[in-house]
Amino acid sequence: MTVESTAARKTTRRSSGAKRTTSAASAKKASAAQGTEPELVQLLTPEGERVQHPDYDIDLSAEELRGLYRDMVLTRRFDAEATSLQRQGELGLWASLLGQEAAQIGSGRALRDDDYVFPTYREHGVAWVRGVDPTNLLGMFRGVNHGGWDPSSNNFHLYTIVLGSQTLHATGYAMGIAKDGADSAVLAYFGDGASSQGDVNESFVFSAVYNAPVVFFCQNNQWAISEPIEKQTRVPLYQRASGFGFPGVRVDGNDVLACLAVTRSALERARRGEGPTLVEAFTYRMGAHTTSDDPTRYRRDAERAEWEAKDPILRLKTYLENEGHADAAFFEELEAESEALGKSVREAVRAMPVPEHMAIFDHTYADGHALVDEERAQFAAYQASFAAGEGE
Amino acid sequence: MAVQNLPLAKALNESLRKALETDPKVVIMGLDVGKLGGVFRITDGLQKDFGEDRVVDTPLAESGIVGTAIGLALRGYRPVVEIQFDGFVFPAYDQIVTQLAKMRARSLGTVKMPVVIRIPYGGGIGAVEHHSESPESLFAHVAGLKVVTPANSSDAYWMLQQAIQSDDPVIFFEPKRRYWDKGEVDTEAFPGELHKARVAREGTDLTLAAYGPMVKTCLEAAAVAAEEGKSVEVVDLRSISPLDFDTIQASVEKTRRLVVVHEAPVFFGSGAEIAARITERCFYHLEAPVLRVGGYHAPYPPARLEEEYLPGLDRVLDAVDRSLAY
Ligand SMILES: Cc1ncc(C[n+]2csc(CCOP(=O)(O)OP(=O)(O)O)c2C)c(N)n1
Repeated sequence: MTVESTAARKTTRRSSGAKRTTSAASAKKASAAQGTEPELVQLLTPEGERVQHPDYDIDLSAEELRGLYRDMVLTRRFDAEATSLQRQGELGLWASLLGQEAAQIGSGRALRDDDYVFPTYREHGVAWVRGVDPTNLLGMFRGVNHGGWDPSSNNFHLYTIVLGSQTLHATGYAMGIAKDGADSAVLAYFGDGASSQGDVNESFVFSAVYNAPVVFFCQNNQWAISEPIEKQTRVPLYQRASGFGFPGVRVDGNDVLACLAVTRSALERARRGEGPTLVEAFTYRMGAHTTSDDPTRYRRDAERAEWEAKDPILRLKTYLENEGHADAAFFEELEAESEALGKSVREAVRAMPVPEHMAIFDHTYADGHALVDEERAQFAAYQASFAAGEGE
Repeated sequence: MAVQNLPLAKALNESLRKALETDPKVVIMGLDVGKLGGVFRITDGLQKDFGEDRVVDTPLAESGIVGTAIGLALRGYRPVVEIQFDGFVFPAYDQIVTQLAKMRARSLGTVKMPVVIRIPYGGGIGAVEHHSESPESLFAHVAGLKVVTPANSSDAYWMLQQAIQSDDPVIFFEPKRRYWDKGEVDTEAFPGELHKARVAREGTDLTLAAYGPMVKTCLEAAAVAAEEGKSVEVVDLRSISPLDFDTIQASVEKTRRLVVVHEAPVFFGSGAEIAARITERCFYHLEAPVLRVGGYHAPYPPARLEEEYLPGLDRVLDAVDRSLAY
């Protein structure tokens, strides 16, 4: 997908969508984060109607639109499969992205191959568009590794569980890109909860000071486990960027077109050497935080129902159908493809080997370490003593 | 008489309830401690009964949680902070080590720091990365902090209240895989001293010294050893800093052999300190070198390998045999 140069130019001129809403929002400063809704960049309404935006227009072919739809459907299917695998005891834990498909696919499809992604632990859709084998994502949830893939093979970094840490790594990587004189960019993902971490705020400082080509993509899914967004902030999150000296913009996180357009424009800005942007994708965590969580203890049922009406997949489907961009055969084929994906993921998980015991010691150091060697040898001898015992 | 049979987690919950009732300056702070009652439900129902001013859901920022707790303590409050999991204390480590631990000394003793930091720690629950670590040595190494860990429900109930009453910062490690184990709690009995070790099982041939989650493992090992005709004493250390060397010494002078067991990596761990001190104190009593059983010098492994990494019955008994073979 190519970049709309007009959108890019407009963004430069106006700096960001955020600017426009700043005065309105600051006039109502007293309102909490969710009190008065700031303007949201939206290109596709929940009813599936295409609307225009002066700064972020986008013109996609029917094929590209079907591609986005396919990505979202397959990502949801993968996610659902993982959830059910957890229920069947095949995974120890799963962090579902249900409801966040548009934010992830839209932003992810804005990337170029040479861009680099730093995810948190829920970015299964971004991994999908990066071409990461979905099985790779399941290893840590199955408990057979802590990530275990080579981040450089898809320019998709390992999942990070300590919240916010990766935003600094992303900034440093982006500083490296700038030093190299390259024109790629970095996309860093984090949640509304993580936005409170010192690391995230420090990454804002560094990226602004060094004009690093990084785009911060915050999926504001309204909740950090049981804590609502009000427990993290009193201003809409995207507005924080201005205090650090770079633009912030809030996009409808359930609108894949808007997420694509806004992220693309922010990445272009970074490539042009104009520094970081904070994109806040306003979305919702439809399921539990993870499979260990029980949202009935803290969340109203009605809230989920309200957001189901804004489902990112349904609205694109409506649009595709209304515009005649996809026919029944397309949806049928996709359904079959989803089934096949679910099946292959299920089989791959069950076939995933548990590493050998000795793997505990592997990869602790690059150069070797006498203590590790000693402990490894003792451990091997200890394991062997059981094997000998069993043989008796 | 108020003796109840409670899971360790519930004993902690009752203890916090008691502390909130007794002292209006006690404030509970942390992630998800309010409506959710904490991810392990240790604070279950407390916000409902004591309000949002006393049981505070904080922004997701551990440095912020501990840093503001320090400020509240300066203002006369007694914050009890919950860190969600062991591996997430490190964003707050700077505040704990450079500020919390040193505030009293810097003020020449004029400032009190009655802050308790509760940390569920240790492995064995099949969790993902950063949810199974045992960082106690990293805190015990720091002067100005006290480090304690209960191994059963009664200690959970009493030690937490004692920690809250202390004017020193206490790092309170909770053995998360023992949260669901039941035990008797007498809510009226006089508790023992907070920093005193306890002989959990008497024996004559060898001493196992352990704390937190490993106490149960060592008691099980001692029971198995007894079937094999070996009389193993188990000392539950309870407090890691300060450490009650006298109780260990008395035990070792009797049994002449010591094996220290903990989940944390052995290298530079608490077992090393115990081995060194007990060797100094009991050199002429010892029949064997002090042995240690613990984690390896490797990152805590993925869940499917943790049973290999964690000291289990076999590894403890193996060390018992090795010690007895000297
Ligand atoms: C430093 C740190 N503290 C606590 C946790 C435990 N934890 C895991 S996920 C989570 C909530 C995260 O919320 P948010 O950043 O909004 O992301 P979301 O999961 O909603 O996508 C918490 C508190 C953690 N992983 N890291």
